[in-house]
Amino acid sequence: MLKSSVDRIAEATPHAIARRMHGLSDRALAWLFVAPSIVLLLAVNIFPLIWTIRLSFTNFRVNRPNAEVDFVGLKNYASILSDRDIWLTMQATAHFLIWTIVLQVLIGFSLAYLINKKFRGNDLWTTIIVLPMMLSPAVVGNFWTFLYQPQIGLFNYAVGFLTGADPSSFSMIGDVKLAPWAIIIVDTWMWTPFVMLICLAGLRSIPGSIYEAAECDRASKWRQFWTITIPLVLPFLMLAVLFRGIENFKMFDLVVQLTGGGPGSITELTSINLKREAFEKWRTGYASAYAVILFVTVFGLASIYVKALNKVKQR
Amino acid sequence: MSSYSVTEPSPRQKWVAGILVVGYALITILPLVWIIATSFKTPSDAIAYPPKTFFTPTVEGYVNVFTTRTRLSTEQLQALGEPTTWYDKLVRKDGLVISGPSRFAERFTNSVIIGFGSTVLCIVLGTAAAYAFSRFKVPLKDDLLFFILSTRMMPPIAVAIPIFLMFRSLGLSDTHAGMILLYTAVNLSLSVWLLKGFIDEIPVEYEEAALIDGYTRFQAFYKVVLPQAATGIASTAIFCLIFAWNEYAFAVLLTSGNAQTAPPFIPTIIGVSGQDWPAVAAGATLFLVPVMVFTILLRKHLLRGITFGAVRK
Repeated sequence: MLKSSVDRIAEATPHAIARRMHGLSDRALAWLFVAPSIVLLLAVNIFPLIWTIRLSFTNFRVNRPNAEVDFVGLKNYASILSDRDIWLTMQATAHFLIWTIVLQVLIGFSLAYLINKKFRGNDLWTTIIVLPMMLSPAVVGNFWTFLYQPQIGLFNYAVGFLTGADPSSFSMIGDVKLAPWAIIIVDTWMWTPFVMLICLAGLRSIPGSIYEAAECDRASKWRQFWTITIPLVLPFLMLAVLFRGIENFKMFDLVVQLTGGGPGSITELTSINLKREAFEKWRTGYASAYAVILFVTVFGLASIYVKALNKVKQR
Repeated sequence: MSSYSVTEPSPRQKWVAGILVVGYALITILPLVWIIATSFKTPSDAIAYPPKTFFTPTVEGYVNVFTTRTRLSTEQLQALGEPTTWYDKLVRKDGLVISGPSRFAERFTNSVIIGFGSTVLCIVLGTAAAYAFSRFKVPLKDDLLFFILSTRMMPPIAVAIPIFLMFRSLGLSDTHAGMILLYTAVNLSLSVWLLKGFIDEIPVEYEEAALIDGYTRFQAFYKVVLPQAATGIASTAIFCLIFAWNEYAFAVLLTSGNAQTAPPFIPTIIGVSGQDWPAVAAGATLFLVPVMVFTILLRKHLLRGITFGAVRK
């Protein structure tokens, strides 16, 4: 009789492994498979998080390991929430967050809508548009400071060419008014493709028969767009906003390399501010409380948002 | 079906859409083209006004990114005699001599070691966990899966303080092993969620048939499921590799002399007189081009990867 390839593979399995694994029940195997991942995540994520929470109630400083560590209660939290500078960094973060999301949703959806017209070669151009998203934000952000140079920078030259302004008359990352937009432009350049890809998946998931039915009912294209396309793409769009929201709330690498928080502290987003407190001023306890506040904020906002998302999905 | 369909855009619509998208693509690709172009410019061409589109290419930037150079006086240069290698010749005409290798090659190697190390670990742990979550009744399954995902929401800086302390007391700070472990933990949520999606798509019947043939569960996993999941595992691996490759926050906070990767290093490349943009661009090109190639290879699975498997085409 011919041996099936499955049998041959079975024979090739080393006996030692086979014997050792043979006795394992599914339940034991399940634990054996899941446990290492959970243990690693507990060690590298949860344990540090608990440690952060504990440190947040103390005045511990990493650079003074021998100093006495006092329990200060909620003092760190109180001084953070009443600190005007921290509210300014929160404002800078909100400004960055809102504008990047608005721009990325508008441009990303428009691009997806156009790509979905299925012109020839749309796959190739989609791949090209997607490229910036996958690159290292730190390395790319650093290079953008070159593109933003007054006079010699390509960005300034292009703006000068299009508007007639003198390319050396403005500095995107040196000017208090322009710097917040400098980081928004680069983030939008980088992450619009992300929103675009998700919207494209949404648009492609709409069955053509719905439009055919609407056409039979003599619904105008405009009406079809607002009553079919938008509601059906909305869950996808909201998912994209969730991802971008969480990522940009944590934003660090791109902006550190672009502006370093400057000029002054006009583009100092919360993560950059936190890094300064923790690793430059070494106020470990204070920075820990700051980290806890940020984590609770992002987790709370994300949970509320996911509830809303589920409601939209169920509709 | 008739050849006419209301859902098929008209040729004119296709033209307009095509022109707009191609226009956007050309603008969006320009900064990347500019990085590659700058890497082949001389320092003076790089900072010329107006910006130079056409120039004589040179590999000076690439020589500079791999070496450190010192400036010598004319007499000293004459005393040295003729340059022996092509790269010596290249820097000599600017009145410089190569004084030694730079740290770029070392940083790049670190990126490769840490990137591949963490990817392998991530795939091994992730595949096992994903298989268990996909096929077995794990108690508190949904809670565990959500916990795994939620680790992604934490700002890296927020956990960096205790990790910094922890690594210091364990002797892991600024070591390859420490960074591999850290990046594995960072990417594990992605790997578990993505791989669970891929394994969910493999029909259970294959394993059931194997079990009936006398396979143990582990053999069924190893000999039946793994080969079927190969494409999914490969694309997940590329995602883990790219994310580890690009990571900056932990790298800049937790490494310095020994295990520093390329992203914190490339922005610090300076020449003999100020920022050497062609050298920075050369370093960036060497660092970014592999990712561009991988992205093109991955394009079919891209959407899945960036949304943790939430959206599948």
